[in-house]
Amino acid sequence: MNSDVTQIAQQVNSLYDFLLITSGIACAILIFGMIYFAVKYKRKTNNDKTPYISHNSFLEFLWSFIPLVIFMIVFAWGWIIYHEMRKFPKDSLEVHVTAKQWQWDFTYKSGKTSANEFYVPVNKPVKLIMTSMDVIHSFYIPSMKIKQDVVPGRYSALGFKAEKLGEFYVFCTEFCGTAHSAMMAKLKVVSQADYEKWLQETDEGLSMAQLGAKYYNEKGCVACHSLDGSKRVGPSWKGLFGMKDHEMEGGEKLIADENYIRTSILNSQDKIVKGYGPRSAMPAYQGQLNEKEVAALIEYIKELK
Amino acid sequence: MGSLSDKNYLNEFPGIWSWLTTLDHKRIGLMYLGAVMFFFLVGGIMALLMRLELFAPGGQIFSGDGYNQVLTYHGAIMVFMVIIPGIPAVLGNFFLPIQIGAKDVAFPKLNLASWYVFMSGALLAVTTFFTTKIDTGWTFYTPYSIRTQTAVVTMVLAVFIMGMSSILTGLNFIVTVHKLRAPGMTMFRIPLFVWAIYSTAIIQVLATPILGITVLLLAAEKILGIGVFDPKLGGDPVLFQHFFWFYSHPAVYIMILPAMGIISELIATFSRKTIFGYTAIAFSSIGIAAVSFFVWGHHMFVSGQSEFAGVVFSFITMLVGVPTAIKMFNWLATLYRGSISFEAPMLYALGFLFLFAIGGVTGIMLASIGLDVAFHDTYFVVAHFHYVMVGGTLMALMGGIYYWLPKMFGKMYNELWAQISFVFIFIGFNVTFFPQFILGEKGMPRRYFDYVIPYESLNRVSTVGSWLIAIGFVISLIVIIQSLRKGAKAPANPWGGKTLEWTVTSPPPHHNFDVEPVITAGPYEYR
Ligand SMILES: [Cu+2]
Ligand SMILES: [Cu+2]
Repeated sequence: MNSDVTQIAQQVNSLYDFLLITSGIACAILIFGMIYFAVKYKRKTNNDKTPYISHNSFLEFLWSFIPLVIFMIVFAWGWIIYHEMRKFPKDSLEVHVTAKQWQWDFTYKSGKTSANEFYVPVNKPVKLIMTSMDVIHSFYIPSMKIKQDVVPGRYSALGFKAEKLGEFYVFCTEFCGTAHSAMMAKLKVVSQADYEKWLQETDEGLSMAQLGAKYYNEKGCVACHSLDGSKRVGPSWKGLFGMKDHEMEGGEKLIADENYIRTSILNSQDKIVKGYGPRSAMPAYQGQLNEKEVAALIEYIKELK
Repeated sequence: MGSLSDKNYLNEFPGIWSWLTTLDHKRIGLMYLGAVMFFFLVGGIMALLMRLELFAPGGQIFSGDGYNQVLTYHGAIMVFMVIIPGIPAVLGNFFLPIQIGAKDVAFPKLNLASWYVFMSGALLAVTTFFTTKIDTGWTFYTPYSIRTQTAVVTMVLAVFIMGMSSILTGLNFIVTVHKLRAPGMTMFRIPLFVWAIYSTAIIQVLATPILGITVLLLAAEKILGIGVFDPKLGGDPVLFQHFFWFYSHPAVYIMILPAMGIISELIATFSRKTIFGYTAIAFSSIGIAAVSFFVWGHHMFVSGQSEFAGVVFSFITMLVGVPTAIKMFNWLATLYRGSISFEAPMLYALGFLFLFAIGGVTGIMLASIGLDVAFHDTYFVVAHFHYVMVGGTLMALMGGIYYWLPKMFGKMYNELWAQISFVFIFIGFNVTFFPQFILGEKGMPRRYFDYVIPYESLNRVSTVGSWLIAIGFVISLIVIIQSLRKGAKAPANPWGGKTLEWTVTSPPPHHNFDVEPVITAGPYEYR
């Protein structure tokens, strides 16, 4: 992961390097000092005499004062960076972020919305205005070295200015339950032109299955259901459609047809696949998805053989 | 004359009933030892299962919920039932009275009551494992803990009860140190272990009530729907974090100060040398205890707390580093021109210095607010606190157990196997936790049941390390059991220690001293 994508990341890395060096020296003094003394003053006879040294004011002053000075440098340096992190330039691009278990929703001023992935133009300061619908989450962009808790009932903000194009992970770093580790988003830093193109993008011209693939990412299905057969929080979608003898909790076996998938999406507690119970981790999507969206997802699943 | 006959505290009164009703601080210490060892085994198995799950990305042996439950029990058991009671309630109970020349603690009945209170809290906590397993993490953060359907209320009541026990034990120790010191045992002649337990007791008494009130509020909110923490009811979820860390940061020092006390004893004894800077070490214990109450906000740098508050907390946290550095250098200076031998307890003490140095410097990194924003809630933090809590506290506890085993049971242990066990634990520990610093620096968040591919190889290394640690502890368990079964008889003073417990027989008589000792010099008079 590229670390110098922002000025802040660069500053954080310099402070970290400084600390690695000073810490390395401090640990070396302690550890090699210890090993040296241990070897040199190994017990020779059972009647060794040891000197009575109760203290040494000068030495004790030194090893309290020198660490204190280093700590103060590190403190001030950290403060400067922290202050920088919390600056939000007036011309920032503002994006609203709504967190919920286990999905990130993004809303732009134009009305454009997206889920689990968002675009920003390069070299433009961005301010995320964030809140949560349920529990506390935390918005973390590892390659930019920044994070901010996202708290229900209030707004918090996170700012950055990306100086390189690329795709970056966003992780949730406040424990939020079942699919906490799957609560990821992609940040795409693109050119101004690409950004504007993305803002205009609509669903026109996509097939049902292509739309379904889009919703798979945007509606958060991706967090729990894999496409390659691997087991995540929920069962994989690979080869799901048309599966015979599909066994539920409680032993019932059924055929995975359109109605089964529809029920599983809208009322996830009704039918729970064996091994994923007794309660389903999946929120019910009744009222969250419209008929077109459900149909598109079903068509998408049909293609995942 | 007890010491001339074969009578000692272990055999003077026979039968299980005499144990369950004992008022002897030594027996109560051993009863805590049994409980703590059992819970350590359980918490340790949980840790191994977690590492197994993390051996590869995707689900291995758990579902997301299953992993979250195991992670919660690992944390809660290790914190509330192992590390917090570990040193004070086991070794503190046994040796604090003897080291100050007392016959027992100030309130023996209260001491026994504390054990029962602790056990009922612990058992209540265990019951949740068989109902709806709790999945909040040991921190019970709101509003998640309010909304989850799991047994949060039972668990926090258990924590409340165990906290009560911790308060009573602390109170008992404070009064004991003030009132029961032998003639001539001035405050500046008490061993540093006693200073450490005493400082810890102050924190236990002052900080634990905050935890009690916090978890009661949480329970009240869950049962009665009073809106304290849930924003849906007009509460403030971040308030919970303030309350929680107002206890739980000082609790970090409940965990580490006693360990530092043990290290002072081990280094002095195995170097056969007066401790360097007795007064500085004693006062730095008190200093750490005092400052520890004003740093809780360093857990909340990204919670939305104001910049001013964050900066103040960062500053005060840096100040805790100073007395800690003083202790480290004082121990190092004690080795200088000593007569050092390397029995298992000393190996653990040197291991402590090594690991705690790394735990300490990474603590400074996390205290620096700009860097903490990057590292907060990543594996860097996980690695840091394991270096401090396991590399620090647990290594000291192991060292302390080997050091005092001959005194507690009157039996020696197998030195070679004890040292082999140390090597496994020490190497395994570094293999497990050092890669986690790198994982955290690369951005892997903690409490993740699944992770992206770039984190795979370091997670593998870490999991392999956990197996080495497990081997080490299994060896230690066998060494201890074998020593109890057929260890050679221990002399009164196998290590050449100078503190009072080495002046009485091994194991000590029921009332510790046949003749009340009169103290005329400091605790580490090697001259
Ligand atoms: Cu989350
Ligand atoms: Cu803290």
